Amino acid sequence: MTTAPPRAEPGYAPAPDPDDPPVRKLYRSADGRLLGGVARGLAGHLGLPVSWVRIVFVALFMADGMGALLYAAFWFFVPLGIGGVEHRQPAAGDGGKRRRLARKPDKGQVFALIALLIGASVIASRFQLGQANGYLWPVLLIGAGVALVWRQADNSRRAQWLELGRRKALLPVLRGAAGVLLVCIGVTGIVVLQGSVRHLGSVLQAALAVVVGIALLAGPYLVRMMQDLSEERLMRIRAQERAEVAAHVHDSVLHTLTLIQRNADDPREVARLARAQERELRAWLYKPEGRGKDEDEEPTTLAEAVRKAAAEVEDHHGVPIEVVVVGDCPLDEPLGAQMQAAREAMVNAAKYGGEGGAVQVFAEVEGRSVFVSVRDRGPGFDLDAVPADRMGVRESIIGRMERNGGTARLRPAPDGGTVVELEMERAAAEQGT
Amino acid sequence: MSSEDAQQDATARPGGGRTVRVVLVDDHRMFRTGVQAEIGETARTGVEVVGEAADVDQAVTVITATRPEVVLLDVHLPGGGGVEVLRRCAALSADAERPVRFLALSVSDAAEDVIGVIRGGARGYVTKTITGTDLVDAIFRVADGDAVFSPRLAGFVLDAFASTDAPPVDEDLDRLTQREREVLRLIARGYAYKEIAKQLFISVKTVESHVSAVLRKLQLSNRHELTRWAAARRLV
Repeated sequence: MTTAPPRAEPGYAPAPDPDDPPVRKLYRSADGRLLGGVARGLAGHLGLPVSWVRIVFVALFMADGMGALLYAAFWFFVPLGIGGVEHRQPAAGDGGKRRRLARKPDKGQVFALIALLIGASVIASRFQLGQANGYLWPVLLIGAGVALVWRQADNSRRAQWLELGRRKALLPVLRGAAGVLLVCIGVTGIVVLQGSVRHLGSVLQAALAVVVGIALLAGPYLVRMMQDLSEERLMRIRAQERAEVAAHVHDSVLHTLTLIQRNADDPREVARLARAQERELRAWLYKPEGRGKDEDEEPTTLAEAVRKAAAEVEDHHGVPIEVVVVGDCPLDEPLGAQMQAAREAMVNAAKYGGEGGAVQVFAEVEGRSVFVSVRDRGPGFDLDAVPADRMGVRESIIGRMERNGGTARLRPAPDGGTVVELEMERAAAEQGT
Repeated sequence: MSSEDAQQDATARPGGGRTVRVVLVDDHRMFRTGVQAEIGETARTGVEVVGEAADVDQAVTVITATRPEVVLLDVHLPGGGGVEVLRRCAALSADAERPVRFLALSVSDAAEDVIGVIRGGARGYVTKTITGTDLVDAIFRVADGDAVFSPRLAGFVLDAFASTDAPPVDEDLDRLTQREREVLRLIARGYAYKEIAKQLFISVKTVESHVSAVLRKLQLSNRHELTRWAAARRLV
């Protein structure tokens, strides 16, 4: 696009050159169109101002409605496009000093509308409204209805691209219904004008019979086709998912395996890597879609907080921590304090009791209270033997729990090791969950 | 358990224990080799691996042919998974004379896998991170007709039974007693059965019977009820 006028630069800025040149395919314009976007699309394709194309169409329309037929044909066969037209649009419009405005009808559109009205009145006068040719009004009605429905189809397609289909669900239905109604009225009008109202019933019956017959004949094929289509789509989605999984597994697992090979003589590091990888893989495989796949966000519920704290301590100290969480509840301030105390307990367990095996963390939400226990299988621990100036356990675990209205107990586990039990009442407001 | 081989081997090993015949079902050959190396030394552990299988069809054939006391069963297997093996061996495990018992041994501790095989009739569930000694212990326990839970599994069960707003389906089922819940809680906290017994001042046998009761209640009275039960808690 080196030949593009400098004015067009900003419009092209995001699109790199190689995108543009080779095949200029004809699309209907989805933006700023009056009816089907045919004129706009043609204008973009031919590099002419839109109004010229519209005038040509109106002029052709004068010639026994040729323009209308041509327009309809274009509308029917040419696909709607966003990107391709967007790109060429500024180039086309730039000859004049028009800027495309998003929704407001610009001068060209107003002009085209006026021209259309004039043309319509000319035609109307030529046919001597409603007298000589009684079919005009029904035909116009049918045309309007068809246009409405077609345009609606375009809109829904466009909404699919832009993914705003959900926003206004009623309007499209209304527009579609209005189009169908117009066509029905038009058809009925023709029938009435033909003077065959007497036969209306039987005609309708016959038509219905034909429609039912066709439906019966074609139905199975249609249903089959729809099923095949949806099945194919499902397969494609599955294949995509599989590719994503493969990519993820490839990246993270092979990476970790490489690191493990390199650190093969450091069992602690190997264990740490393996645990971290296992955790990541599990989170990726089993967590519900969209939740916790990236671990950066702050946890908002108890279960997440416990798992996160355990994962961090595990990574930091290289001691496996097994977590079991029963129930879940949102995290409030006292529970946050409890989590910090639990984390401190996990760090202690990992530091001093990690030699004896995995540290076990158990959290349970039970009615109004939350219970957390952290257990190691280390050499054990006697609170009274700790010098009075060491504040780790007294302040960050026991003190913290008591300040927030909870309790903390330390005691030896039955077969060696230490158990830290933390209990905290939940805030009354959280009862609903 | 009262089989002749057990009595024959009774004197061969220190501790006066017996030998448990085990079949290993796992589709990973490396894992089978690892387990074999860890527990297969009969003189030391009292476990004799009499057969191995890598998929469902093989497993059924081997189990039927060897009639082991315990089957170590992987949950994810080609040909329908561990549940399918359980289904096709239902007659063997129901045998009153020499029942074949299943201990699920899986790398997965996802709720649906766990609940699935327990419902299928497995007498226990341990994860593959278990140590060799604990695994041998679990095998003997299962061979004796008791149930073995991993902490995670206990957590799932507690989660399922503890929910306060249980649907009306549950009302005609007997819920867990206070004691059973206590035992489960301790299992979930990583305590061994022996430690639980010490902590609660009861015998190991009592702990085991509590766990078996939990398992019985978990299996419920019929499949239909269980499906609803599990679906209500989003376990399946």
